[in-house]
Amino acid sequence: MVPGKILITVREDNISPRFDLTTEVVMESRDEKGRPGDRRTLVLPHASSEELCHLILAQEVQTVVCGAIEEEYYQYLTWKRIVVIDAVMGPWEKVMERYAEGRLRPGDILHNRTELANHAQSDQ
Amino acid sequence: MTRGQEAAQTSTSVPGPAAGGLQGVVGFRMIHSIRGLPTAEEDSENNGRWGPWVQGLFPSTLSLATLLDSIPVGLAILDQDRRLLHVNQSLESLTGFHRDEVRGLPCHDVLRPDICQRGCPFADDPQNPASSSMEGDIINRDRLRIPVRFMSVPLLQGNGGLVGYLEVLEDIRQLKASEMSDHAYSFGGFIGRSSKMEQLWRIMPIVAQTDSSVLITGETGTGKDLAAEAIHQASSRARGPFVKINCGALPETLLESELFGHSRGAFTGAVSDKPGRIRMGHKGTVYLTEIGDLPLSLQVKLLTFLDDRIVYPLGTTKGFHADVRVIAATHRNLEEMVRTGRFRDDLLFRLHVVRLHLPPLRERNGDILLLMGHFLGLFAGRFSKKIKGFSEEARQILTRYHYPGNVRELRNAIEYAVNICQDDRIRPDHLPAYLTVPKPAVSPTQDDEPVVASKPGARCVSSEANWADIERQMIIDALVQAKGKKQKAAAVLGWGRSTLWRKINQYGLV
Repeated sequence: MVPGKILITVREDNISPRFDLTTEVVMESRDEKGRPGDRRTLVLPHASSEELCHLILAQEVQTVVCGAIEEEYYQYLTWKRIVVIDAVMGPWEKVMERYAEGRLRPGDILHNRTELANHAQSDQ
Repeated sequence: MTRGQEAAQTSTSVPGPAAGGLQGVVGFRMIHSIRGLPTAEEDSENNGRWGPWVQGLFPSTLSLATLLDSIPVGLAILDQDRRLLHVNQSLESLTGFHRDEVRGLPCHDVLRPDICQRGCPFADDPQNPASSSMEGDIINRDRLRIPVRFMSVPLLQGNGGLVGYLEVLEDIRQLKASEMSDHAYSFGGFIGRSSKMEQLWRIMPIVAQTDSSVLITGETGTGKDLAAEAIHQASSRARGPFVKINCGALPETLLESELFGHSRGAFTGAVSDKPGRIRMGHKGTVYLTEIGDLPLSLQVKLLTFLDDRIVYPLGTTKGFHADVRVIAATHRNLEEMVRTGRFRDDLLFRLHVVRLHLPPLRERNGDILLLMGHFLGLFAGRFSKKIKGFSEEARQILTRYHYPGNVRELRNAIEYAVNICQDDRIRPDHLPAYLTVPKPAVSPTQDDEPVVASKPGARCVSSEANWADIERQMIIDALVQAKGKKQKAAAVLGWGRSTLWRKINQYGLV
């Protein structure tokens, strides 16, 4: 886990599938020992990769967790020394927990498939 | 009938619906058969590894997965809640996700289409779903945005009840590219009317129709990637995947897993099966770029694959017969590398069935003007500028320059000029500074001079060495001019920030 500010792109309760179409982000600060600080949810006026990158830089975010991101923006953020953990799927709170434990990796799928199936059956 | 009952019935001998149809079950398995469609009897001997089945359509029961894999467009079968039940091989190639990884996941998390963000096509009336088709894009696992045409079809039972959806994703990159560059002197993204390019255009469609391995050589920026894709698109494999692998981009251990795949538990961190890029190119084309950078140990493994066309993922002895066409490209002189022991001669002979050498821009007389006009139109349209053309001085500068970076360099120079230009004509002061600094220009060779395919790297090596020095100095000058601000320096050079960052690292200027 990288201490500092983490930004997660979200849609409802999950990680937003696309960085460029994200309209909501959750930001949280973590100290050296991984203890959480302020948590804020920001609703963006519209979806834009450029503006989201600008927000990330302006807010001095150290780590970005997102779903799909285009190579151009991934390279740009990496160039700016921001750690990008992309292709993550699942509930963002679970993602935050995994990150705090220092176990979050690019491509992690944190959906509980049994829960998804049970939820679907109970809906029917 | 519950889903469990369906599964139980399907695993035994179940007659299909009266009109013949598809029976779905939970628990699909990978297809490894290379002998054709397995029958239900064969499957029962293999503990049901090929299910589910198509029943009632043919005299014997057939594997649905194998059937879907033979269709060259991406297909996904979803349940009522739009979770993935099955994806075919084409969709695996398009998205980069293996079917075992994605089973049970919401479709928008895996396909990652833009249309879901504007509202799911089925969300309006799930009780009365209708087929729909629309264009959009996806971002795949390689972080590549791919334009696709989506078609979504609700799957209904005999009584009209919804059981799931079939989604069809057609890759329309070729269509979009042809819309972008409809040009009298173009072929597969290439533009030119010099005799050397015409010679290439005569050869390329013929080469495309064969299944032989192709080796493309040429200096940097001459269009090796475009040529590979053009061959693929003009071939009978055009509907299949085009999988590009950069042999110089990854360390040896990662590259092996990337190329050939691995099985779960093959090494620490291998938490699931990974098919490998070669396997993902099944029924299509595998393009190995920077083949000259392939480590020797992997050259042996690639050689073995080229001989028997069977991929053995790391950690397994079970092979997969990959029906792929191999196209390789490099800017290096492979013959020289063979002489110095850095490239295997037997691999070179296998790749070197058909060789295409792309001429550098300085040898393409007349094409510079054509390309200048093309790129001017392209970028003026993209940046909404009303630029009519070039001033005579600017034209002279651009046509006399020797372009060590070839078409890519010309394209970048014009993109920069269009960005900077506020008038209706591009003048010398709109061009990147390095073009207007007086330098001894290399005279273009005569158009009729034959292409020296046997030593493509000879000129390349010396000009690249010179260019590297010039480029390094240009970066330093731009950084000094921009007082160390990289963004401003990138603008001065007419490059993207990522390009500047990459080159700063490349030249050790950090």
